[in-house]
Amino acid sequence: MENTVLHVADVHKSFAGLHALSDIDLSVREGETHAIIGPNGAGKSTLLNVCIGRLRPDSGHVIFDGENLTGKQPHEINQLGVVRVFQTPEIFPELSLLENVMIPILAKRDGAFKLRWFKRFSSEKGVQAQAEEVLTDLGLGTLIGSEAGSLSRGDKRRLELAMGLAQKPRLLLLDEPTAGMARHDTNATIELLKKIKAGGMTKVIIEHDMHVVFSLADRITVLAGGRIICQGTPEEVKADPRVKEAYLGEEQV
Amino acid sequence: MLLDALLLQVLNGLDKGGAYALIALGLTLVFGTLGVVNFAHGALFMLGAFCAVTLEKILTISTKVKDESITFFEAFKEVPILEAKFPVVGGFIVDYSVPFAILFAIPIMLAIGLIMERGLIRHFYKRPHADQILVTFGLAIIIQEIIKHYFGANPIPQSAPDIVSGSANIGAVFGLGDNIVYPYWRLIYLGFSLSVIGGVFAFLQFTTFGMVVRAGMQDREMVGLLGIDIQRRFTIVFGLASVVAGLAGVMYTPILPPDYHMGMDFLVLSFVVVVVGGMGSLGGAVLAGFMLGILQSFASMNEIKSIIPGIDQIIIYLVAVIVLLVRPRGLMGRKGIMED
Amino acid sequence: MNKLSAVSDWILFAGFSIAVLSMPVWLAPFGADYPDLMQRFAIFGLFAIGFNILFGLTGYLSFGHAAFLGIGSYAAVWSFKLLTMNVLPAIMLSVVVAGVFAFAVGYISLRRSGIYFSILTLAFAQMSYNLAYSVLTPITNGETGLQLTLSDARVIDGIAGIEVTRTLPFTNLFGLKMSGMPGFYFCAVVLIIGFFISIRIFRSPFGTMLKGIKSNQTRMAYTGLNTRPYLLWAFIISGMYAGLAGALMAVTDPLAGAERMQWTASGEVVLMTILGGVGTLVGPFLGAAFIKYFENIFSAYNSTNLNQVFDFLPDGIQAVAVDVAGLFVGSGWHLTLGLLFMVTVIFLPGGIMEGVRRLGLLVTGKSKKNKAPAAGSSSTANEHS
Repeated sequence: MENTVLHVADVHKSFAGLHALSDIDLSVREGETHAIIGPNGAGKSTLLNVCIGRLRPDSGHVIFDGENLTGKQPHEINQLGVVRVFQTPEIFPELSLLENVMIPILAKRDGAFKLRWFKRFSSEKGVQAQAEEVLTDLGLGTLIGSEAGSLSRGDKRRLELAMGLAQKPRLLLLDEPTAGMARHDTNATIELLKKIKAGGMTKVIIEHDMHVVFSLADRITVLAGGRIICQGTPEEVKADPRVKEAYLGEEQV
Repeated sequence: MLLDALLLQVLNGLDKGGAYALIALGLTLVFGTLGVVNFAHGALFMLGAFCAVTLEKILTISTKVKDESITFFEAFKEVPILEAKFPVVGGFIVDYSVPFAILFAIPIMLAIGLIMERGLIRHFYKRPHADQILVTFGLAIIIQEIIKHYFGANPIPQSAPDIVSGSANIGAVFGLGDNIVYPYWRLIYLGFSLSVIGGVFAFLQFTTFGMVVRAGMQDREMVGLLGIDIQRRFTIVFGLASVVAGLAGVMYTPILPPDYHMGMDFLVLSFVVVVVGGMGSLGGAVLAGFMLGILQSFASMNEIKSIIPGIDQIIIYLVAVIVLLVRPRGLMGRKGIMED
Repeated sequence: MNKLSAVSDWILFAGFSIAVLSMPVWLAPFGADYPDLMQRFAIFGLFAIGFNILFGLTGYLSFGHAAFLGIGSYAAVWSFKLLTMNVLPAIMLSVVVAGVFAFAVGYISLRRSGIYFSILTLAFAQMSYNLAYSVLTPITNGETGLQLTLSDARVIDGIAGIEVTRTLPFTNLFGLKMSGMPGFYFCAVVLIIGFFISIRIFRSPFGTMLKGIKSNQTRMAYTGLNTRPYLLWAFIISGMYAGLAGALMAVTDPLAGAERMQWTASGEVVLMTILGGVGTLVGPFLGAAFIKYFENIFSAYNSTNLNQVFDFLPDGIQAVAVDVAGLFVGSGWHLTLGLLFMVTVIFLPGGIMEGVRRLGLLVTGKSKKNKAPAAGSSSTANEHS
């Protein structure tokens, strides 16, 4: 049995009486890629938001490596090594690509706050080299000097991924990493994520695209109506009749 | 005795509160519908007050007539032409110049509001709030300085009609003794502000136009999709807010002699009122306006000032700070409006 | 812009220093080379440079920075009264006191952002202003303003054995009188130091974090950065600059009044910053100098010399011209200021620096012809923000 890195224990969350999440119990093991799938409105994003401190669960806990994440500030959770990549690219549009990636690296190195007002940002050669490496890995190496806001949507998403990866997180949460991407971009992203997987980084992926899920995930959790209806390896999930039902149900709507 | 003093302070706070409420109502209406933070709204209040001043000036353009009361030599005195020509009617009109100024101010304030919206505000719907604040702040300075140029820096007292220039013995009415006297005009102001507020609410509640505006305050995107000519409605809303602020100014002149910077003074306070009431909440603006007016007059009681010196100077700001920290959306604000 | 090398920063710094120190020379043809005005350039330049560290880098619009300016002035005058007429302890005390106040105000105000932040800072400034006029009169001397008196203690001066004069003593830097040209050079040196620190902050990791906050504050939090202390430090630093500027006002003229804290004064520094160019290094100083220069010129006019100016016109038109122009000059300077405010926000949100950049593009011919006429229209202004 491998170590459990993230443990979502008995989490409930409701909005105005509506149960968004109930009885969520979920373990993510070290080094695995864990996919969370489910039809629209199943509570996937809510679950992710609970994990990174954006939402506070009504009851239950989210334990990361022995630390209770519930009630922690977003930056504290990030400092523990839990990094989220957003669905809509959250970047610093006015800053250069290099700065966009250097900021997360500095955040990891220097902590949540450090008042260094006299040193030159550009004198951080080590950090810069690291950032350039990540950007090059993601195929953005030629653009490092340009303003992030001027990128195409696909490149913005790649930049955001770079920002996440640059922190070498212990747990990477990916919110639909390929949504809205063209097929070849999707494939490139899958290849990239496979490469990271080989590096042993623990990942949780929320995804709609079954192609992506089945090419990446070691284990899959299926959500429907705010509950876990099935959990297991891709093969087990594929075979489970309840999953089909949930997805068919969606198509009828 | 204590009860007397308290009642008096409540009354004192009500007329100021009425002015706050009327200004804040327009501010929050404009903010809720147009999404614009208008720092020039106080200037509209001040312009209203100067409508009254202007009308009085026009009505009292004077001529020299023989002073009949002095018999042993030929003396002249200045008398308004109106009064000289039509002793009865003219005198009546001059006496009632402030109430008449309401009729005078409505078209003027409406025109000013419409021009302001079309010429400037419209182009700032989508700009960041900081830009809106800056550009309207600049406009407010301009309006204020023009008024200062033509009317001078000193306050210009206006008088209420003679018949209501006295004070009411409120204490006797409530059976509390004769210590509580309250100027009639302040009572009138209170009644006036309540009826204007009522009018605005009725307008928004019972007309189709008002329904669209209210829907717009709930969800601007959606109304934008539905609304034909939502732009024109916005312009009218701004004009309405302008008229309300102007009327608040007209009627306030007998209470506070208008000067060029009264707009700025009231604006800062009214902004605080809007924030306390909740950005975009009409009811909140009215409630907070009266509440802060009363609170302010309580704070200026000597008994309170001797315990906490200077409290009267800062009470409103202090309340604003506390409300913003404890309940950022204000007393009646809806969730999600400009919360960070 | 972000890739400016260290060398070009040093060139900028050297150029700025030379330009400031040689003001008495190159301002002479403009008739602006007298110490009083040049002191104001330096003082308000410093105020705006400091304000820009908050507004320009983080995007948080404070409407209460004049309060720190006023507090700085009061602290400096108290230092002159109680300790010594030497200006160094005075400016140090001012910076510390302003910093402490900025910490208190910032700690509370920064719990909110956007317009709420602006209103909170405005509320604090108004409270300070009202209190300075009323209950704090023992400290501020109310409407009269805080002034030096012959009976002041001046403990350090007493210990140092500086003779008590029969007239009011002068502010000095180890004996050098701080009025006139020496006063200007002192302010200029402080301004240059302030400018240097501002460059360092802009180019530092701290400055980059502040830019990140302006760009996408939520993202900063999810990147593991605690934005609150970053903002608070930016607020404190810009408050200290304001305190320093207030101290320099007291150095060149040792009195302090509450009117310095009024919110119109806070508005003025906002105008200086946006007029020069928000978020640029030199812009705020240019904006401050521009405003103080024209304030000086415009305020000097009255109807008599206006009549002379428009003498060439026919009588009737002359009267009208004088009347219209009279709106803008003399005590009508504020009207011009308001107009400037609007014109800048509407047509040139990037301020003078943006204008210079566009001009540069025009001259070097890089700008496409069809773009040039639209440069000033409000539609591009809309896109710009």
